[in-house]
Amino acid sequence: MKATTLEIDDILERYPKQPQHLISLLQDVQAEYKYISPEHLALICDHVGVPLTQAWAVATFYKSFSLEPRGEHEIKVCLGTTCHLKGGGRLVEACERDLAVARGHTTEDLRFTLDTVKCVGACALAPVVMIDEDYLGAASIPSLQKRLEKL
Amino acid sequence: MERIKSAAQLAGLQKKLLKAQDPKRPVVRVCLGPGCLAQGAAMVSQAFKSTIKAKKLRAKVQPLIKETGCHGFCSQGTLVSLSPADLFYVRVKPEDVEEIVEASLVKGQVVERLLYSDNGARYKSAAEIPFYKMQQKIILKNVGIIDPLKIDDALMAGAYQSFAKALTQMSPEDIINTVSLSGLRGRGGGGFPTGRKWRRAADIARENPGPVYIIGNGEEGDPGAFMDRAIMEGDPHAVLEGMIIGAYALGANKGFLYVRHEYPIAIRHLSIAIEQARSLGLLGQNILGTGFDFDLQINRGAGAYVCGEETAIIASLEGRVGEPITRPPYPAQQGLWNRPTIINNVETWANVPHIIDKGAKWYTDLGVPYSTGTKIFSLVGKVKNSGLVEVPMGVTLGRIVEEIGGGVPGQERFKAVQTGGPSGGIIPYEFKDLPPADMKPARVGLSAPVPISELKKLPVDFDSMAQTGSIMGGGGMIVMDNRDCVVDVARYFLRFLQEESCGKCLPCRLGLKGMQEFLDKFSRGQGSVEDIDELKSLAQAVGDGSLCGLGGTAPNPVLTSIRYFRDEYLAHIKDHKCPAGVCKDLIIYRVDPKTCNGCTLCVRNCPQDCISGRKKKPHTINNAACIRCGACMDVCPVGAVIVE
Repeated sequence: MKATTLEIDDILERYPKQPQHLISLLQDVQAEYKYISPEHLALICDHVGVPLTQAWAVATFYKSFSLEPRGEHEIKVCLGTTCHLKGGGRLVEACERDLAVARGHTTEDLRFTLDTVKCVGACALAPVVMIDEDYLGAASIPSLQKRLEKL
Repeated sequence: MERIKSAAQLAGLQKKLLKAQDPKRPVVRVCLGPGCLAQGAAMVSQAFKSTIKAKKLRAKVQPLIKETGCHGFCSQGTLVSLSPADLFYVRVKPEDVEEIVEASLVKGQVVERLLYSDNGARYKSAAEIPFYKMQQKIILKNVGIIDPLKIDDALMAGAYQSFAKALTQMSPEDIINTVSLSGLRGRGGGGFPTGRKWRRAADIARENPGPVYIIGNGEEGDPGAFMDRAIMEGDPHAVLEGMIIGAYALGANKGFLYVRHEYPIAIRHLSIAIEQARSLGLLGQNILGTGFDFDLQINRGAGAYVCGEETAIIASLEGRVGEPITRPPYPAQQGLWNRPTIINNVETWANVPHIIDKGAKWYTDLGVPYSTGTKIFSLVGKVKNSGLVEVPMGVTLGRIVEEIGGGVPGQERFKAVQTGGPSGGIIPYEFKDLPPADMKPARVGLSAPVPISELKKLPVDFDSMAQTGSIMGGGGMIVMDNRDCVVDVARYFLRFLQEESCGKCLPCRLGLKGMQEFLDKFSRGQGSVEDIDELKSLAQAVGDGSLCGLGGTAPNPVLTSIRYFRDEYLAHIKDHKCPAGVCKDLIIYRVDPKTCNGCTLCVRNCPQDCISGRKKKPHTINNAACIRCGACMDVCPVGAVIVE
């Protein structure tokens, strides 16, 4: 985890005040704070000059944005075609059982967010699970459990 | 870095770099492609650096460690190649590094145990391995060879030579003509002739002066395809070079690279490449002293499959929700901020420099009529050798799957191949005749159909693939075996598309949901034979009525699976059985008492506590409580858990 968090103003200043920068700004705020709070959403709207409804529509349409705080660790189980054929679905279910959290959600202690992704492009190693920035290739329920225990 | 002001200066720099290179210097190339990364390639590379440092080899033999893009043979990762010794090591682990350094770098010996071996043969060099031997690498030529973070490396491999030729020796008209004559068609899936698209935009821009935009589509959303990722990560300058040539031909001063956010490494490598090109003056103002200005920026996708569709990309770049709009007007006529905009897939862009360099005739000689050049496929699924494969268009599917891919391990033949992702279809090993007229491929092909009866003999080109009811698409090729259920795969794609549908038009939004309900029923062993026909007619309505390609091609997986695997549907519906043993409601897990050694691993790992049995005695599963999670199968060391 990063020690310091950038001020929202510093992020806003990266972009000119034009509507086309809405998505890039949302991405930067998401990356920095791991979610987009209502206050930040309003500040972004003011900066790029779009109505809150449009920003809301965009933030809920694209999957990489979260309007709720995310967990410390993000577990993304790949459900691309090859991963699906090789049992990716069983891995998500195992995570749901082990972490007691449904896919797309975050554990109450904000430790883990469990998500599924549609192909991370490492199909030759299916099934693949991404744990934060790392890949776990040819994953099985035991290997995934072992990995999660280490976190 | 000093700005380059002319083509001659660029040529001079290339010459100087090549001259300064020591051909005898040992180079260790560690593959950091997606497949190898998932197997710990970063640690292997680190081990090389630290071992060489610890052994003070830097001064003695001065080996150069290069972290490269994808070598292609992903199933054998981590891959390490050594030159000039021409050695190719597979499945390299960090603990093997010391031996490689000692034996191969210091003593010039071969570490036999790390060579690739198959059918009793051992291969020292990659070029001899059947997987590579049958490929023809043009777009992937430098991927896995150069260090993608060093522009000098790219320049030495010939990058930006075509760009200099195009800008200084060719007129925009010449370039558009050459690309048209080459027959290049869109590699992202559509297969639209690139030259024709460019011509349209150029004509409109002439009649209606103002800005023109170009976009590189790197939103590689099709599950099972990762060639765009490999190009962007492994040879980012190839994409840039293609785009600059295109921009010059079209008179564009501004370009965008739209890359999906699931590919952070691709975004990083492209960003670095853009910075390098800028500092050399290959991007920016007055490029090579020709008066041509062009700059590029990267826009990260935000996680929406539909944003691979060109009008949705435009909406996204303008900061809106990625909803497609009706075409025409096509983006080439009215695109980004209502100006002519050319959107090409990044693989298409990477083809352009080669066409400019070697000419249209050379390019058309590479493939078959109407599908020229080479295409990269990601060969994955139940195939022995999986990875990225580049072959000339028109090579047969049998050659790709059986000869390059080595077939299905332990099975005589594959069951089917799924191509083109969610827009494509499932084609079986054998088919008796061509699909009937009611199965319309996404885009009608340009060449006349040739009857074929075996998938093995199917030439892999745009039009032959379309005849089967599937599409070539982005190049994903997923091999299925007898343990894969087509009903389940069709259901999987429908769920995928339903989740990714933007919801703008009704046929896609509600139609896909309706289709999914049928498939859900079938997978539970319910439904009737009439339901299959109902599903077919609903699928056709969705295809005909949807606004964009997502809904327009959504019926393909369903229609092809019904067409070619009707018996499997009937087995689900009538016999309530899933022959492949996949659909959860129709299977049971059982422990084979003969194989079970009574280790109790499954007993301890069962989340339902429904496996009983004492140590050293065969275990049994209580099927009433079993949730078919597969945990027992995953942990069983002797393969005693079977599905029925």
